[in-house]
Amino acid sequence: MAGECVQFLGFWASPSALRVVWALKLKGIDYEHIEEDLLNKSPLLLKYNPVHKKVPVLVHNGKPVAESLIIVEYIDEVWKQNPLLPQDPYERAKARFWVKFADEKVVPDMVSTFMKTGEEKEKAAKAARECLKTLESGLEEGKQFFGGEAIGFVDIAVGWIGIWARIVEKLKDVSLVDEETMPLLHAWLQNFLEVPIIKECIPPWDKLLQHNKGYLVKLTPDST
Amino acid sequence: MRARIALNIKSVDYEFQEENWLVSKSELLLKSNPIHKKVPVLIHADNPVCESLIIVQYIDEVWSSGPSILPSDPYDRATSRFWSAYIDDKWFPSMIAFFFAQEEDAKKAAIAQMEEGLVLLEEAFGKCSKGKAFFGGDRIGFLDIAFGCFLGSLRVIEKADGIKLLNETKTPSLLKWADRFSSDTAVKELIPDTDTLAEFGEKLQAKMIANK
Repeated sequence: MAGECVQFLGFWASPSALRVVWALKLKGIDYEHIEEDLLNKSPLLLKYNPVHKKVPVLVHNGKPVAESLIIVEYIDEVWKQNPLLPQDPYERAKARFWVKFADEKVVPDMVSTFMKTGEEKEKAAKAARECLKTLESGLEEGKQFFGGEAIGFVDIAVGWIGIWARIVEKLKDVSLVDEETMPLLHAWLQNFLEVPIIKECIPPWDKLLQHNKGYLVKLTPDST
Repeated sequence: MRARIALNIKSVDYEFQEENWLVSKSELLLKSNPIHKKVPVLIHADNPVCESLIIVQYIDEVWSSGPSILPSDPYDRATSRFWSAYIDDKWFPSMIAFFFAQEEDAKKAAIAQMEEGLVLLEEAFGKCSKGKAFFGGDRIGFLDIAFGCFLGSLRVIEKADGIKLLNETKTPSLLKWADRFSSDTAVKELIPDTDTLAEFGEKLQAKMIANK
């Protein structure tokens, strides 16, 4: 759109920032990317998100919008091409439900799996797998994405969980998105991450692994 | 309560089923919300919708000819959603922390956090209301509903602890808004009586502590 000024404050390894980048790319929106150093937050970030002081923040014609899912819904409402949320109110409610479920149930169990060791780690991984199995029921058999034939709100919101699951599986030697018990979810993740517009936004795998290894070292100095 | 306020705003006739979930959960609840097994659930044309703010948005989108609950401008909608998420994710947990705090220090810390949040919400009210009666403007909107449902609990705390969480000094606009919200026709019969709510709170607290 002519005359629009869109700025995006993000951090390369931030999963929630990735949600917004995917939304911006899927809509074909031109924007200025401002990379934040989270250890040294810029005056701009503190000005545009004084409440949480976090990325991502979208600044549209000087007006800031914070919180990744709120930003994605905002993008969907302002730029009407390639709709991300379904049109039907019940389908929209279901989409919002799954996204909330993923953030509030799946993610905490995955965080526990990442942070714990031994028996506690296995217990957390089991809980995470149960939640992931529940999440799988949001996928319709025969459809490629949570959004149906095209990538939608749930795919964008939940996609990073799939990336991060792979990282946790590698670093913690656990199984999370298990092909045998969650064939639909496993297939969805494979497909989704290979879609070119999605794939090109994901940071290099090695860099992500290294970054997350860094957290592990801080949490458990004895781990490799 | 959020869902019922929304239905009242839209003048939608509905059948209300009270769940006595402290004691047991009905078959209908377990079938309609098998994942969380919680209220509220709206069942419309046999389709269950769960999670209070998701239900409110659903109501707003289905009954689109009635008064709007979310603002029409996307930026104002994002602002309403932002503050509603703040209330649920940051402010309400400090209220929960207060209810379950057993020591004075923990109680004081929770109160301080709640008060900090209320100051932020006072500022948000100034920006969202644009000089009008409610966060939503002339009429109750999404953010009024999101926040207003906690007024009953706020009053329980104020009565029990003799403190004024909403007050003339720090939250003068919210103090007046609270009265207007509570007396609105869509709301007034829904806010529980303070003593009844306090009694329920004690039962809930006892159950949670027993389950720990």
